[in-house]
Amino acid sequence: MTNIVELCDVRKSYHQVHALEKLDLTLTEGEVLGLFGHNGAGKTTTIKLILGSITATSGSVRVFGTDPTLAGAREKRKSLGFLQENVSFYEQLSGYEVLRYFARLKGIRPSECQRLLDQVGLSDAVHRRVKTYSKGMRQRLGLAQALLGEPKLLLLDEPTVGLDPLATRDFYSLIQSLKEQGCTVILCSHVLPGVEKYIDRAAILGKGRLLAEGSIAQLREHACLPLTLKVRGKNIQIPAGLNYLPHIQQDEVLLQLLPHEKMSAMQSLMQQEGLSDFDLHLPSLEDLYSHYIEKMTGVGGTACI
Amino acid sequence: MYLVLVVAGKEFQDGLRNRWVVAIAFILALLATGLAYFGSAASGQVGFSSLSSTIVSLASLAVFIIPLIALMLAYDGIVGEDENGTLLLLLTYPLSRWQLLCGKMFGHGLIMAFSTLTGFTTSACIMAIFSDELQWLDMLAPFSVFIGSAILLGWVFVAIAYVISTTVTEKSKAAGIALVVWFLFVLVFDLGLLGILVSTEGNVDAKWFPYLLLLNPTDIFRLINITYFADQQLSGLMAVVEHARFSIGSLMGGLLLWFLIPAVVAWVSFSRRAL
Repeated sequence: MTNIVELCDVRKSYHQVHALEKLDLTLTEGEVLGLFGHNGAGKTTTIKLILGSITATSGSVRVFGTDPTLAGAREKRKSLGFLQENVSFYEQLSGYEVLRYFARLKGIRPSECQRLLDQVGLSDAVHRRVKTYSKGMRQRLGLAQALLGEPKLLLLDEPTVGLDPLATRDFYSLIQSLKEQGCTVILCSHVLPGVEKYIDRAAILGKGRLLAEGSIAQLREHACLPLTLKVRGKNIQIPAGLNYLPHIQQDEVLLQLLPHEKMSAMQSLMQQEGLSDFDLHLPSLEDLYSHYIEKMTGVGGTACI
Repeated sequence: MYLVLVVAGKEFQDGLRNRWVVAIAFILALLATGLAYFGSAASGQVGFSSLSSTIVSLASLAVFIIPLIALMLAYDGIVGEDENGTLLLLLTYPLSRWQLLCGKMFGHGLIMAFSTLTGFTTSACIMAIFSDELQWLDMLAPFSVFIGSAILLGWVFVAIAYVISTTVTEKSKAAGIALVVWFLFVLVFDLGLLGILVSTEGNVDAKWFPYLLLLNPTDIFRLINITYFADQQLSGLMAVVEHARFSIGSLMGGLLLWFLIPAVVAWVSFSRRAL
């Protein structure tokens, strides 16, 4: 596996303001990375560094093996796709004309444009002016633009903003198929629910620092957040030493377990005859995100035993 | 080079699309024809008559309108793309900054050239058709010099507009600065020189004073068109060059320099611009 993106001890500061500090991040071919963080956490700075739009104050940035700010890296941008937040294209042009302009700049045949516009579901609005497009349609056009020329690296900043649930699902299945073709994807998002299924790894940024990085399973293990087990049944004996919430409603018990307690607790519960149903809730990406952000700001935070 | 042409082509097409090209050509043609027809109204007659006086008054009109049009056309060339968010996007394409800047300037230069040419050529044709005295062949050379210098003047101000556009970060600021620049070059500069002349009661060194006019591209443009009709009575500020006549070639060279210097400044400022 080759490394598509390598950030090594990268710092970026703008006039005494540290936008990024000591960032290390590596992406291999065909990997989908979710980049999460609060506003001003350094997501956009990270993206711009990878794009080569800005130079790092210190540390090294390598994209496709070269420094993206060098003139020699310009040709490699043909295999790079980028969709930024809040892009408003040339209002007076039609969707097709906008895409054709970008295709020409990338040296791609204009015949590709129609196919991409069909793919993102803009077939009916191809010849309408962008001025008349809704937010979701603009987002689709932006996506078509990012997909020009079968990119090997896709950087998507808030790609699903303005998309309806069906379009969002289509978008993620598109990402899935691109990933299967070997495309590396970086996904920046505020919209956490639903993303976890589609990403291989998550990186959580806060105040310019990398707070956590890894697959969801790794993050769960590292964060040691309790999982919730909802048990329903008659005469349930709760195994000794387990921490349960004082939420006993008729036949329902809510248990909070640490990851390493899960299996033994479940085994002992399963053997009980009165058990009629149970529901296991693992910490979601949202839970993990708030855990790390709270830990950074010093609010709450659970210690791992 | 291909990428420069792609950008220029889009810019020119935008100009056609939002009617800039048609509007500029129409305004220039209308003003030129009107001026030629009513130009001698003060002396009690209307009609197309003297070619030299027509061109000289056309030059004094073009000196106001062409810089204004060029500045309005190009002031948001870079800062507008930046506000749109498309500048960051364009620069993630295999396109370097100089290619983008050249393409945009080339496109806007083409719009200025094309509309100046069609506008003034139309009015020249109207004059030649409806006038008994003016001959086609006699008009060819003076109008070529006039149109050529007018196009150069337009390019000078397109380049200046790009200096503004690459340095500021807000479109509205760029528009304001463009207006101030227009005001300075077209009105204040000449008033300043006249002020010096009047306050010193014309007691200035006739050797170097005319060279001050070269510090203003609009004055160079006027000098070109006055110099071509050497027999014309020089009036106003232009009279100071009586003692130091410049050749048309060197004046054209001066205009070209006035285009190249801002173009280079714009390039330097654009390559330093933070995204």
